[in-house]
Amino acid sequence: MAGIGEEIQERLRRWTLELGGPGTRERLEKLTPPRNEYGVDPYGFDVDFMQAAAAPVLWLYRKYFRVKAFGLENVPAEGPALIVGNHSGQLPFDAAMVEAACLVDKDPPRAVRALVDKWVPTLPFVSTLFARCGQIVGTPENCRRLLSAGEALLVFPEGTRGLNKPFSQRYQLQTFGLGFMRLALENDVPIIPVGVVGAEEQAPAILDIQPLARLLAFPHFPITLTGLPLPMPVRYRLWFGEPMRFTGRSDDEDAVLEAKVARVRDAVAGLLAHGLAEREHVFW
Amino acid sequence: MSPVPASVAITGIAGNLGRKLARILHGETRVVGFDRRPLRDRPKDVEHHQLDIRKARVEDVFRRGGIQAIVHLGLKHDPRDDAAEAHDFNVAGTQKLFDIAARHRVGKVVLLSSANVYGPAPGNPNFLPEETPLLGAARLPGYRDLIEVDMYAQSFMWQHPEIETVILRPVNIVGPTVRNAPSNYLRLERPISVLGFDPMIQVIHEEDVCRAIALALRPGVRGVYNVTGPGEVPLSAALRELGRETIPLPHFLVRSVVKRLFDARLSSYPPGEVDYIQYLCAVDGSRFVRDTGWTPRYSIRDTLRSVLNAR
Repeated sequence: MAGIGEEIQERLRRWTLELGGPGTRERLEKLTPPRNEYGVDPYGFDVDFMQAAAAPVLWLYRKYFRVKAFGLENVPAEGPALIVGNHSGQLPFDAAMVEAACLVDKDPPRAVRALVDKWVPTLPFVSTLFARCGQIVGTPENCRRLLSAGEALLVFPEGTRGLNKPFSQRYQLQTFGLGFMRLALENDVPIIPVGVVGAEEQAPAILDIQPLARLLAFPHFPITLTGLPLPMPVRYRLWFGEPMRFTGRSDDEDAVLEAKVARVRDAVAGLLAHGLAEREHVFW
Repeated sequence: MSPVPASVAITGIAGNLGRKLARILHGETRVVGFDRRPLRDRPKDVEHHQLDIRKARVEDVFRRGGIQAIVHLGLKHDPRDDAAEAHDFNVAGTQKLFDIAARHRVGKVVLLSSANVYGPAPGNPNFLPEETPLLGAARLPGYRDLIEVDMYAQSFMWQHPEIETVILRPVNIVGPTVRNAPSNYLRLERPISVLGFDPMIQVIHEEDVCRAIALALRPGVRGVYNVTGPGEVPLSAALRELGRETIPLPHFLVRSVVKRLFDARLSSYPPGEVDYIQYLCAVDGSRFVRDTGWTPRYSIRDTLRSVLNAR
């Protein structure tokens, strides 16, 4: 990517290997996405760049949020999958942590692709950074194409409803969109529920200034206790649940889909309840 | 090489792409050209009619018979042309030409449209299929004519099932001779870029486009097709390949700057084109590959570098 020199990238890559722990290099070498003469796949995913960009994410993963991941074996080693979780924390660090877990705590690693909202491509730098790291705008066409190519997608069916909810609603799942279930049925893909414990407390929002959000064309404009949506050093715990399979028509009425989606939502809620019961403190 | 109809009419033959296509086709078929401009370096066996396609004399050439296919390249797209005259030339001209095709039993009509008719947008899927609505004119009025012509060709396809109508929507055509917006952009020593944006772009070499047109002329091929080149590349990597140093402008400033430069005639880069260097407008070309066995000959690198050999 332009703007980041080769030397800095190289230094970041070394940092990634250091933070990843022993054997990280060998494990990351197992990632072999298709790449053309410019080092990218057709979507703009650049695996070398991603390994450099992963360094600060891994620092957060290891040192700041001190993430513990449980049940990573539930994420299939290969083949298409939808990883479905709860979304929170004002800024999507939860997505980054789930992806980091699949990258450094899973062998062989998986480069999970998160589906991003379609306002992300309107953001300078963020749009490019995300694209080079393999994140994709979550249009149905993109998802279909990636699933049929055997990729694992990370979906937050609550979207910004969950991401930007106020602190008072922590660990209360918001309405789940139905799109992911249609995709799972259409492509006969397993759903791996994940409960992200910790992110819900990382940036307590007390206000959502909608007029300002509209002015900036943002989905929400939360004001947190610290003023900024930056996260506090909470401890993350990721609970991956067992794969769920669904059968039926992908073009069924919403009501039929809602029943299936509710089962996934319940699974995520169950993982969250278990995770909350297990944890002793928000920060450690 | 694929079997090509025994005689092919090419509109816009005096343009850079038209002349290249004529050179590729004239060895194996009779080529009849139409253009308002004279045809330079005309191969001896190419017949040229220096005519506006709206003129009645065009039909006379078809009355004499023998023309089995039309390749319609003759559309004006210079952003500085008089818009009303260009619109009449493009839209009325296309309708007249297609009517002639229907009256004189021309079995095949190939229209060269463009993948840019879909328009760049932040919410675009990474690969647009042929069914995507043609929204390219939303912010760039220059594409209105092309979209109208593309839609007209689609309705013509339904009205005349006896004619094999093919609409080709190739990705950005670049090459040593073409002078369109993407090639001109890649030729700038210091191109403007949008700070922090780096969409994937698709390019196709001008010779590859001509080969795709030749494939579309093959009997049995009909329909609407995206035509892709050798692949996708980040815009920044394409510019680096050509040794360009960009002038990055923040997205909230770039349009007004480009508009002022264009209005002052300091640059030929129209303001609406900025969307193409900010957002995605890439297409899925798998249908053309599946139906015709299409493979481009030029690699991404060679396609990009071809603009440097400008003639």
